[in-house]
Amino acid sequence: MASLRCFLRSGRNAVSVILRREFHKTSPAALQVTVRDALNQAMDEELERDERVFLLGEEVAQYDGAYKVSRGLWKKYGDKRIIDTPITEMGFAGIAVGAAMAGLRPICEFMTFNFSMQAIDQVINSAAKTYYMSAGVAAQHSQCFAAWYGHCPGLKVISPWSAEDAKGLLKSAIRDDNPVVVLENELMYGVPFEMSEEAQSKDFTIPIGKAKVERQGSHITLVSHSRMVGHCLDAAAVLAKEGIECEVINLRTIRPMDIDTIEASVMKTNHLITVEGGWPQFGVGAEICARIMEGQAFNYLDAPAIRVTGVDIPMPYAKILEDHSTPQIKDIIFSVKKTLNV
Amino acid sequence: MQKMLTIISNVLRGSASRNGTRVVVSARTYADFTPQATFDIKKCDLHRLEEGPPQQAVLTREEGLQYYRTMQTMRRMELKADQLYKQKIIRGFCHLYDGQSLTDSSQEACAVGIEAGINLTDHLITAYRAHGYTLTRGGTVREILAELTGRRGGIAKGKGGSMHMYTKNFYGGNGIVGAQVPLGAGVALACKYQEKNELCVCLYGDGAANQGQIFETYNMASLWKLPCIFICENNKYGMGTSVERAAASTDYYKRGDFIPGLRVDGMDVLCVREATKFAAEHCRSGKGPILMELQTYRYHGHSMSDPGISYRTREEIQEVRSKSDPISMLKDRMLNNNMASVEELKEIDVEVRKEIEDAAQFATTDPEPPLDDLCNHLFYNDPPIEVRGTNPWTKLKSVS
Repeated sequence: MASLRCFLRSGRNAVSVILRREFHKTSPAALQVTVRDALNQAMDEELERDERVFLLGEEVAQYDGAYKVSRGLWKKYGDKRIIDTPITEMGFAGIAVGAAMAGLRPICEFMTFNFSMQAIDQVINSAAKTYYMSAGVAAQHSQCFAAWYGHCPGLKVISPWSAEDAKGLLKSAIRDDNPVVVLENELMYGVPFEMSEEAQSKDFTIPIGKAKVERQGSHITLVSHSRMVGHCLDAAAVLAKEGIECEVINLRTIRPMDIDTIEASVMKTNHLITVEGGWPQFGVGAEICARIMEGQAFNYLDAPAIRVTGVDIPMPYAKILEDHSTPQIKDIIFSVKKTLNV
Repeated sequence: MQKMLTIISNVLRGSASRNGTRVVVSARTYADFTPQATFDIKKCDLHRLEEGPPQQAVLTREEGLQYYRTMQTMRRMELKADQLYKQKIIRGFCHLYDGQSLTDSSQEACAVGIEAGINLTDHLITAYRAHGYTLTRGGTVREILAELTGRRGGIAKGKGGSMHMYTKNFYGGNGIVGAQVPLGAGVALACKYQEKNELCVCLYGDGAANQGQIFETYNMASLWKLPCIFICENNKYGMGTSVERAAASTDYYKRGDFIPGLRVDGMDVLCVREATKFAAEHCRSGKGPILMELQTYRYHGHSMSDPGISYRTREEIQEVRSKSDPISMLKDRMLNNNMASVEELKEIDVEVRKEIEDAAQFATTDPEPPLDDLCNHLFYNDPPIEVRGTNPWTKLKSVS
């Protein structure tokens, strides 16, 4: 977050210079955009750009989307392109895959990814495996599905954090010729982020498979995805006051994972912590640690790499319990200090 | 016309190589045969339809010979697959189409009849018993057998096997029971979206007919008026379970409820053809989906690992085979109406046998896919990537 602000600050100065000289011209300044609006923009732009793109899912059309992510799209594009489905996940996921097989580019929205479990057969057996065997998407609700879908060859899995991530990654996903699972975190929908000029363009995409260093640091590497990236940056801000500089990496893509960026960082900082909202067993952090151990960065570790994860329990209902079942900022700070032995 | 003359000249050539007398007998010209005849076909049971397909079908000599050839090819191909499987040259799952499962099929009439009722520009998707459809949709016997034996000349380069064969506008070949039905509706959605007046034929069996996702699909296809012909191939057994033991209602053509349906004699290629034409017209006129139940019979067991007699009697199988075999039915019709000669049909049999032998030869001698194809075709239109092998030091290459 800190580095992003720096970038924008300098951007704004340049813009204000231009404004003074040619005050009659207005250039778009960096503005605040929520994740929800960024996703909406991404879909709008792609629907406009390519006739084959269409959206289907529960309540996406006339209701404007259960979480309002597709607000306004039905009014603009109509029944043909924005389709309300009955509550039949397996059915409409299959229909989406079939339409893709026949040349269209569907965006299949699951109201929550829990519901996608009913359709997981279509996603994995029909979508992911078909190209290989023929020799030629959603919001998180209470559970992180990164590990589930990330396990499967033939799928690409992305996990945006910021509004820019959301917009850029979703656009790339729509343009990709392969099945892409988009893990949106519903808790992030209403969170505003500054969106750069570049990101406001209709051609702005973020490549799938590339992580981003959100904050530079020299003492320890924190690797995360989705909502936890924000937690890592907040923890980093607190730790900076005590002289500990964390490097925060936003994975952006779960599969294919950008292990190179992580390795380069670990070789610089010599310490690694992975932070995720999902359960520990067989998860994203487990995969990262395994790969680091197998690769060149292992020799640069001064301490074992550790994982900060959700508690290994089904998601509880009571708010206080729910809050304590995923990593909090204090958990990250605690783990950093333990790893650095301070 | 061209085809007919070729067939005749082939017949004459063939016969000439045998003995003198036969040449004389078979030296009949085109003018000797009846060019076409009209046949009575069974009336279809109707559901939510005022009228059904016609009860008479016109068959031309040309069509008859073509259907005969294709059905024979399908049957011989499946028998050959059966043989290769028993010789352990084909491994894994093998669900044969003749007689519906493996050999003795009645399914030939379905595949050939359906294709005769639609265009190649239409779309088709089915479940795992797909070899017959792969053939009618443009695949060659060579490619199909080579896919079964897992060779690089296979229709899916050896990577799909029996249940995953594809051609243009043919989407397989699907292993998960019932999953192909929503897919088929999705293809139909694309047809409607792209406004090319195409439709999708979506097949499933009596076993799959009880799947929830099929009812979800009926609902959406009907709501959105998708140009989809749902076809239930009812061969009376879902693996080892007879339909009476699996379904509270065995009137599969009515199970679409609000979707109009017809029950068709699936052993008669003409009946299937006329019903398909009727259904296609229904879809193309924008009325939405329609359901056809084809009543057929499976001579073989469910798959190669099922002898097929633990849940029914040999007498039952024999009776159906002797009374309703689709190829025999077509043959009798053509011979009784002077539309072809016995020799001519025998010639076709010989040619078909040769084609199958050649294909089997290819399928057993073509090399297996190269090892460096292992990780290819993970993604479409993507730059090459590295794939982890069985250990951290093995990195394999994958291209689109």
